[in-house]
Amino acid sequence: MREITYRLALNEALAEELERDPNVFLMGEEVAQYNGAYKVSQGLLDRFGPQRIIDTPISENGFAGMGVGAAMVGLRPIIEFMTFSFSLVAFDQVVNNAPNMLTMSGGQFNIPITFRGPNGPAHQLGATHSHATECLYANFPGLKICTPATPRDAKGLLKTAVRDDNPVLVLESELLYSSKGPVEPIEQELLIPLGQAELKREGRDVTIICYAQTVPLALAAAEALEEEEISAEVLDLRSIKPLDLPAILTSVAKTHRVVVVEQDRPYCGIGAEICFRIQNDIFDELDAPIARVSQEDVPMPYNERLEQAVLPSAEKLIAAVKKICYA
Amino acid sequence: MSSPEQRDEVEMLSLMLLIRRFEERASQQYQAQKIGGFCHLYIGQEAVVVGAIAAIRPEDYLITAYRDHAHALARGTSADACMAELFGKVTGCSRGLGGSMHYFDKARHMYGGHAIVGAHVPLGVGMAFASKYRGEDRVTLCFFGDGAINQGSFHEALNLAALYKLPIIFICENNLFAMGTSVERSTSLQQIVHRAEGYDIPGHVVDGMNFRDVRDQLTEIVNSIRANPHPAFVEIRTYRYRGHSMSDPASYRTKDQLEKYRMDDPITRLRAQLTREGKLTNEQFDAMDKGAKETALASVKFAEESEEPPLEDLYAYTYVSEATVPTAAGAQA
Ligand SMILES: Cc1ncc(C[n+]2csc(CCOP(=O)(O)OP(=O)(O)O)c2C)c(N)n1
Ligand SMILES: [Mg+2]
Repeated sequence: MREITYRLALNEALAEELERDPNVFLMGEEVAQYNGAYKVSQGLLDRFGPQRIIDTPISENGFAGMGVGAAMVGLRPIIEFMTFSFSLVAFDQVVNNAPNMLTMSGGQFNIPITFRGPNGPAHQLGATHSHATECLYANFPGLKICTPATPRDAKGLLKTAVRDDNPVLVLESELLYSSKGPVEPIEQELLIPLGQAELKREGRDVTIICYAQTVPLALAAAEALEEEEISAEVLDLRSIKPLDLPAILTSVAKTHRVVVVEQDRPYCGIGAEICFRIQNDIFDELDAPIARVSQEDVPMPYNERLEQAVLPSAEKLIAAVKKICYA
Repeated sequence: MSSPEQRDEVEMLSLMLLIRRFEERASQQYQAQKIGGFCHLYIGQEAVVVGAIAAIRPEDYLITAYRDHAHALARGTSADACMAELFGKVTGCSRGLGGSMHYFDKARHMYGGHAIVGAHVPLGVGMAFASKYRGEDRVTLCFFGDGAINQGSFHEALNLAALYKLPIIFICENNLFAMGTSVERSTSLQQIVHRAEGYDIPGHVVDGMNFRDVRDQLTEIVNSIRANPHPAFVEIRTYRYRGHSMSDPASYRTKDQLEKYRMDDPITRLRAQLTREGKLTNEQFDAMDKGAKETALASVKFAEESEEPPLEDLYAYTYVSEATVPTAAGAQA
């Protein structure tokens, strides 16, 4: 199979969906003439024109709301946030208007909108620019959230998100944009359903549950652990909501030990939800307490050494795995 | 001999030189990967903040966006503390925790360094509210870019300031671009200053390449505000010579445009004005420039030799604790 970058995979997904459905348009800061702050929309203005690839002023609350309104009357907007840290300026539109409309209108108005852009800490961007927003948005019924970690997932999940009749957040990763991986040939339609985890590596002794930027960490840790004769299974959630609980339970029932490695913060983070579900459904299968590796519960410092101390890492993950394996 | 006011102008020129030389060094250190994250340079815009500083008192409040190195230097934060911040060192003006976009210096009334576009404009209004609340005659200078004027927070802030008649000057540093988006492509108005009219706030247009125009117009506004608290809006027309940040090649603008502004360089202009008036010799200028270069170079050495913040700092500043009661230096000053 051909290998392409995560960035190009997203670009192909956008182009294919724009091509397929004239109601689809892309809107956001620097998406058109500048080809995207991270070049995800490279070439789309030339190909689809300024009516469908739309540069906005720095008005996140305004253009996110425009997206919701346009969706109420039949368009299928793709709204790019330059990063999800800036989506917080539009929080009300994303959590109050988009997901509530269907209920409030008694089923009359669904909102088929995609909010996408990079999410999670990148590198030394400081407290305001490093937010991992998945745990915030996961708290709102009516939103769907996916977190692709590979080029293939990026393409397949984004295309599915655009076709979904609900608001979907595609949380990309700045640190993954240049990573490469196998993706089906361009002429082959690639749709990956929301709510399906993927086993990225099989193992016997412990399940590492991961998503987005923590997937490469988990794979690196699993490889290192093999040398110490610990066989780790790596389960990439791919979607945060809906959550693939059956895949989680199947893996845990096989390994009996779990570490969740998440890119958000520990307090009310994604891992907390997953821990609850596992112990609630298959408590008897667990041979050790569930471990979590996440960020530290502090605003992100700029200093590189401190930032590394805040972030989850393969080393921290390995230590957590060993702790529960020898427990 | 020069009068105090004239000596001031030479000092202000010297400050502009320091800012420029500091940022040239910062740019070089960024390329050498000694500095991480985003780094936005102010080169070309020096007369804006220096002209503004020349019009206010040390105890007046100042707040700005993420293109903030010059604002801290202009307030008197040392080049050492500024460079150390870029290096993420504990001797930095924000202890290495803030970085380029988050410079703070409470003792010198520099209230940041804010990286979410538009989000600090209401903070400036809050500071102006506090000084009126306490019956002080301080003025707040709130700087932001042309890109910020389309954020909701900006509009809410202007209305609040006008409604409560607060002593604040909204200073829009119009450098014609917000990242790659020119003002014509972001803003429905022909002229940014017209934003003020909608809120019944007096608006002014200032030539940001001319130190004297900035200082003189702002002095008049500051005097009017001190006599009778009210907001004012100033559109200062300027230009950044470099890309938006260190990673932006700025291919969205023409060489001609850049050259046009470079020909009108604020440092060259003030130097020429002072030289023509017999207030500055070439030797004096060269000595000042040499001094600025040495200070900038020394700041790199200082930053390199400084310590990283200790790992214990990780949890030290999430909440106020006895160990971390904020330095009171600026609170009553
Ligand atoms: C809410 C928000 N949206 C987007 C960004 C990304 N961003 C950083 S600076 C910038 C352009 C701002 O331009 P302007 O206000 O004109 O200031 P200048 O860079 O010219 O000094 C953008 C879009 C941000 N930091 N915050
Ligand atoms: Mg600008």
